[in-house]
Amino acid sequence: MAKFRKKKPSGPGAINTSSLPDIVFMLLFFFMVSTTMKEVDLKVQVRNAEATELTKLEKKSLVTYIYVGVPNRQFQGRFGTEPRLQLNDQFASVDDIQSYIVQERESMKENERQLMTVSIKADYDCPMGIITDIKQSLREAQALKISYSAIQGDNFTRN
Amino acid sequence: MARRETPEVNAGSLADIAFLLLIFFLMTTTMSTDAGLGRTLPPPIPPNEDPPPPIRERNVFEVLINANNQLLVEGKPMDLKELKDAAKEFIENPMNLETMPEKTTIEVELIGPITTTPKAVISLQNDRGTQYQTYLAVQNELQRAYSELREQLAKSQFNKSYSELSTDEQKAVREVYPQKISEAEPRNVGGGR
Repeated sequence: MAKFRKKKPSGPGAINTSSLPDIVFMLLFFFMVSTTMKEVDLKVQVRNAEATELTKLEKKSLVTYIYVGVPNRQFQGRFGTEPRLQLNDQFASVDDIQSYIVQERESMKENERQLMTVSIKADYDCPMGIITDIKQSLREAQALKISYSAIQGDNFTRN
Repeated sequence: MARRETPEVNAGSLADIAFLLLIFFLMTTTMSTDAGLGRTLPPPIPPNEDPPPPIRERNVFEVLINANNQLLVEGKPMDLKELKDAAKEFIENPMNLETMPEKTTIEVELIGPITTTPKAVISLQNDRGTQYQTYLAVQNELQRAYSELREQLAKSQFNKSYSELSTDEQKAVREVYPQKISEAEPRNVGGGR
């Protein structure tokens, strides 16, 4: 009797992988939705300062960035080695801040203009002089909410 | 006619394509939201207005940073590590000293009458040559002083951590210890280049 029984395939068959792309696409969409593209190409060196008492800037659309640091090597011939500031994609001087803020504010929704925050991303080694100038012109531009950008880290190591 | 079976499409490589896309997006995007020390600048002073009345000396905790990143706190040199405790002691004024801020009893919602130092102000001044990291570290320490005081109060009044309090309770705690860090009009502290 057993002689005529059909031979059963031995071991488990090949695993069906056709749902694997679905899983990966799900991951892909998750990352596409939850992340943002890198906003600008930095032309100045910004090595993050460290601090511990940080607050997160929640809404990206409300934040305007000012980058401060020494120009990258390829720009040093034209812009020198003193810390400069970068607004959007170009080098700027402190006098440009007011028009930049006005322009950024114009592009926001009317009810959100009050909540505009300016994030100052400065190199940790940069002198306060330029930052004081920035602060003064932000005051004049009525952009009073600012944030000194920093990353979570030890407060004492770099001093 | 023979029944022809439709051949099954091999979907195994689809996963590879999807992975490739996934990795591309992982590389080009940033997940971390930006964080920093939030501050509010004072509004600009209108040119033809009297300067604000001076604050009594005992209510001001003066912190100066020179161009060599050294601290001068209330006229004495100080290490950064001691700053937080000094600031805390100043804001709290536990010994009720003459040199430290006036204590008054204020009525706060949800907490009731409490004796505190609502007039205490921390004045921070820096030189143009001060390193940004030092300035941030000082700001950070001062903020830490305030958050620790608030945490203490939250623990003693509500038996909860400050972050667990409701918005109204947090507001009450903030009213007892308002964060007043004044960054004065720029001037040179000295020691510059």
